[in-house]
Amino acid sequence: MVPAMQVTLLFFAAARERAGTSKETLELPEGATASQAKARALELHPALAPLGPQLRVAVDQAFAEGDAPLREGSEVALIPPVSGGCS
Amino acid sequence: MSHRVSAMALSLEAAQAEVFGNDCGASVDFVGSVRDNTRGKPVVALEYEAYEPMALAIFCEIETSAKARWPGVRLAIHHRTGRLPPGEVSVVIAAASPHRSDAFEACRFAIEALKKDAPIWKRELYPDGSSWVGLGS
Repeated sequence: MVPAMQVTLLFFAAARERAGTSKETLELPEGATASQAKARALELHPALAPLGPQLRVAVDQAFAEGDAPLREGSEVALIPPVSGGCS
Repeated sequence: MSHRVSAMALSLEAAQAEVFGNDCGASVDFVGSVRDNTRGKPVVALEYEAYEPMALAIFCEIETSAKARWPGVRLAIHHRTGRLPPGEVSVVIAAASPHRSDAFEACRFAIEALKKDAPIWKRELYPDGSSWVGLGS
């Protein structure tokens, strides 16, 4: 059996509202990737499904490729389409 | 650190002061504010939410990219969060550089890069509801 690790998952804006939480701890197999964390979040929170294709993933406060490896304690954020600045 | 994400009111003078110096011949500022309508609908307020540490990291990356393209440029990027009524300032960018063309270009570059990559979101509040901007719904 692959040992497990824990990462922190953060939700913002529309993703936070749909998930009903801003932060949770996710248990993943050691060596799991950014896209595996996102897939697990979508499984746990079916209401996120409509946003799925639009969600970017950040790991430790930087945008990450899907195959980016996670470590114990990584901070993984689901980033809906951003809209800062002004119109 | 001349970048900021804060619920406090923004000050253009503070941003300018952080970047201007006697080595600069030019300073260009961008001030973004809340407009009272969008797509023909009245807007009562905007609510900004940020992933603050990452937004600050992105602001630093924007400044690093700008310095590589326009040597000598300095940027201060300040963004506000929370609920803001029309007329309130939501973002201030001050760019200072030895020459004016670089300051103009770097300021424009910074606001466009912020809108593309900074993890900041806004919800438009209407008299009869609200929606997150950018979801394409």
